[in-house]
Amino acid sequence: MTFDIKKIRADFPILSREVNKKPLIYLDNGATTQKPQVVIDKIVDIYTNYNSNIHRGVHYLSSYTSEAYENSRKTVQSFINAKYSHEVIFTSGTTGSINTLADSLCQDYIKPDDEVIISELEHHANIVSWQVQFGGKGVKLKVLPINDAGELLIEKLPELISEKTKLISITQVSNTLGTVNPVKEIIKIAHQYNIPVLIDGAQAVQHTKVDVQDLDCDFYVFSGHKIYAPTGIGVLYGKEKWLDKLPPCQGGGDMILSGSVSFEKTLYQRLPFKFEAGTTNYVGAIAMATALEYVQGIGIENIENYEKQLLEYANKKLSSISELIIYGNAKNKACVISFLIDTVHHYDTGMILDKLGIAVRTGTHCTEPLMKRLRIDGTVRASMAFYNTFEEIDVLCSGIERVKTMFF
Amino acid sequence: MSEIQEQIIEEFSLLEDWMDKYNYLIELGKELPAIDEKFKTDEYLIRGCQSKVWLNVEEKDGILHFTADSDAIITKGIVSLLIKAITGRTPDEIVETELYFIDKIGLKENLSPTRANGLVAMVKQMKLYAIAYREKLKG
Repeated sequence: MTFDIKKIRADFPILSREVNKKPLIYLDNGATTQKPQVVIDKIVDIYTNYNSNIHRGVHYLSSYTSEAYENSRKTVQSFINAKYSHEVIFTSGTTGSINTLADSLCQDYIKPDDEVIISELEHHANIVSWQVQFGGKGVKLKVLPINDAGELLIEKLPELISEKTKLISITQVSNTLGTVNPVKEIIKIAHQYNIPVLIDGAQAVQHTKVDVQDLDCDFYVFSGHKIYAPTGIGVLYGKEKWLDKLPPCQGGGDMILSGSVSFEKTLYQRLPFKFEAGTTNYVGAIAMATALEYVQGIGIENIENYEKQLLEYANKKLSSISELIIYGNAKNKACVISFLIDTVHHYDTGMILDKLGIAVRTGTHCTEPLMKRLRIDGTVRASMAFYNTFEEIDVLCSGIERVKTMFF
Repeated sequence: MSEIQEQIIEEFSLLEDWMDKYNYLIELGKELPAIDEKFKTDEYLIRGCQSKVWLNVEEKDGILHFTADSDAIITKGIVSLLIKAITGRTPDEIVETELYFIDKIGLKENLSPTRANGLVAMVKQMKLYAIAYREKLKG
């Protein structure tokens, strides 16, 4: 199929608005993506015509939403090619997924003196979730370092593994630098030592085809809102063999086995309900399925291909600006460019770009340890999506030139 | 104290568009006398997520003198205006000051708590210093 960028942009109503009297140039997709009209319509449709709590009622509306919710699970299953739909747990997002899993793993499987291996590229969600365990004493974290280009030094992985290593938890794509990590290789190494692997896919699923069976990861997590779905919905995928034996960490609602609750003891539901206590964000889940279907309609391969060209163009254009330093020069990168203009503070750059209608993110991007490794306080991050255009990159570049005239 | 605020408002009224305003803030930021390096420590740091502000206060004859700095120039420019509007006053005057000029010169967005640039916390800190000195000077 040909990639009709005009038609695609027309699917996202927000992209035609102005900010500060300039056409909006939205380059903050790593923080959250915009929503196509079909997703917005779906949310309105559910609340307007079908709203009712799921799995509870015998009435028409409840049956409708329950079925739509379970169909959404199947859509996610097929999107990431999970073996079973009950391996898909709906959560509030990536952070919610990692925390849920960490809470559950640390009830029994991970003991206080055990170790989890993460990387220098991790988002705080994959650092702090482990530190809050065991009454704040935390799990011991071993950290896989990066080289100056921002690539993992994967050859160092075996030396970090010990008898105490209980999990390797690694991001597939760095939210700050865009590095695409060789997760399949990491999983292969980990499995040689019988260590399970959690992949943080928050910055990956929207850019590339993810097949959890092909990866052979034990857990995979991502957020809906970064893949054109609403906020407050996310996914925790886990292999059946793992989720089956892990204990739930939140109680209440649909997670109990009916008829088993007493003041002395309660039995839990089967998967996936065991991990979905309380009223879930069923509207979010249903709308997420719409978003995933929308992405499938365009084709994730087409998205990947277009974004690759966009990144190449952006990289070439930005690299040609004197005094601009790009952070993260991995050979394999997703559609993210972090940069600084000489000594101009990232906040100053972001403020001026905002005045020009250009939305970028500035700061540490929830990766403070990575900032320390790079010896900087923060960066300006332009994170692109398949609805961004080559012309928008040009406007970003002239915006940067404008910043230079103001601060130099 | 409102005299200074009126003066700032008048200065800004001459600046036509955002570009001029920000260029002026950048100039102010560059001109702000740098805070003594010994105060650029965590003890004097007001944490904003994005830009940092360091603030020091000294009291002489019942008058409070503030000095401050920021790592971001635009923030520093606004810091310079805030300092100008509030420094060299008695604690009572500072506690009672309403900083209305920021809104009037169209920079309100910079003083929004969601901006995380340390400015809201800085104003709060200046007021807290004033309250503390008011009590101390009474005693």
